[in-house]
Formats: sequence, C-alpha cells, structure tokens
Amino acid sequence: MAKRKSDVGTLYKGSPGQWSWLLHRITGVAIILFLFAHVVDTAVVGWGPEAYNRVISVYHNWVVKLLELGLVAAVLYHSINGVKIMVFDFWPASSRHMKPIALASTALFVLSMIPITWIMGQSILEDAGIL
Amino acid sequence: MAIEAPARATPPEPPRGSLGYKGRDRPAGGFELWSWLFMRISGIVLLVLAVGHVLIMHVLDDGVDRVDFGFVAARWGSPFWRSWDWALLVLALIHGINGLRVIVQDYVRWPSVRLAVNMLFYAIGFGLFVLGTVVVFTFDPNEWQGTS
Repeated sequence: MAKRKSDVGTLYKGSPGQWSWLLHRITGVAIILFLFAHVVDTAVVGWGPEAYNRVISVYHNWVVKLLELGLVAAVLYHSINGVKIMVFDFWPASSRHMKPIALASTALFVLSMIPITWIMGQSILEDAGIL
Repeated sequence: MAIEAPARATPPEPPRGSLGYKGRDRPAGGFELWSWLFMRISGIVLLVLAVGHVLIMHVLDDGVDRVDFGFVAARWGSPFWRSWDWALLVLALIHGINGLRVIVQDYVRWPSVRLAVNMLFYAIGFGLFVLGTVVVFTFDPNEWQGTS
C-alpha cells in the first residue's frame, strides 16, 4: 500500500515558515555565542597593543575567516528574516502573501551575500595561498 | 488496493497550544508582551548597529585584516564610535540573552534546571556587560604610547 508523496510531505507537516523559524533560531544562537567570545577578545584592548594584537591575529587565519563569513551570513539572515517577522506582526494582512514575502526576503539575503562572499572570499583564498 | 486520502483544501487545524501555522502569537500582556516588544524595537536598532558593524569591520576596506591596536585606538578616538559600540554591546547582549531565554523555555522543561540555565546566561551577560562597559569608556591608548 504505497503512500503518495503528497500524503507524506517533507520532514513533517509544518508551514513553509518552519525552515525560516529554525534558521532564525540557529543563527541567533550562533551570533550570541560568538558575541560572548567577541566581548572578551575586544576587551583585551584594555591590556595594551601586545596582548590585543596577539589575540586579534587569530582573526587573520583563513579558517577563522571562513567562520567569519558564516558569522556575517548569520547576522544578515537573522536581520532580514527579523524584518520579515515584523512585517507579518505589525501588518497582519500581509500574512496572506506569506510565500512571496518569504521568497523575497530569502532572495534579498542570497543577493546581498553574493558581493560579500566575493569580497571576503578573495581575502580567504589569498590567506589560504590559493590566490 | 490503494486507500485514497481525503482531499485537503485547507490545512488541518493545528492542535491547541501548538505554535500552529502563524508562528508564536503575540503575548497577551505582562512581562512577555514587553519582551516581545523589546525584541522588535531592539531588532530594528540592531539592524543598523549590528549590520553596520559587521559591514564596516568584516567586509569593507580590507575587513578584519586592518584591525589591530592602532585601528581600535583611532576608532575609539571618536565618541561616536565608542557610543555605537557600547549601544551595540548592550542591545545585542539583552536581545541575544532574551532570545536564549525563549529557547530555554521551549526545550528545558524541568523548572529548576531551566532556572539554573537562565541564571547562567544572565550571569554571563551581566559580566560581559560590565567588562565591555568598563573597557569602552576607560580605554586610553596613551597609556601605551611608544610601546607599539
């Protein structure tokens, strides 16, 4: 007795918003965990140039720069998706157009990541010795 | 023999108490409503502060490659950037830790463990707030003149 695909759906039968909800959570947690470390590494500036420059040199490593690109993507995604949430919250009628609005916010995120990846990617590839 | 599933014109009603299809409803009042409102207002401000910070420090003008002690000393020579960074510190900490509180509410069911986890985050947040505030407002590059 084969079930049709439409009966099964994807992972579970939530709304399309389940994925942006999940990504909003993951990016949010990633950002606050990074912030915990980042406040400490920035505070080292109060201990003078030798200490600070040593700490900050970690950020000049190309593997860390890959993570940095992920951080920028997380901040952008969380921001754009946050605006989308507020559009639905403060203008409830817009939730009838949930799909195109979700598509537009995703497109805005992807499009803005193109030049950012281009710029940061060159620095990463240079430091990795590829460029 | 195939069993036909009944046609579904509209999605079934979500069970009572679940988040349903619209996401979490706006809280009716009290602390949770203020928390809800704070997340949105601070979110709009952070859209400028955090996205601006990330673009300036990590993307434009050689990004993090140009950041060193001298860069911070020059940047914090301006009260504008000190205020920007302090506002970002405070809003991001409260916004982020309140977000963690909401997530803990969803996944940590045992009240005493929930309290302990929340208290840990509040303590970290308060400690970082004090550390960051002291450094942002007392940093004086002249203390190290001639050493860099």
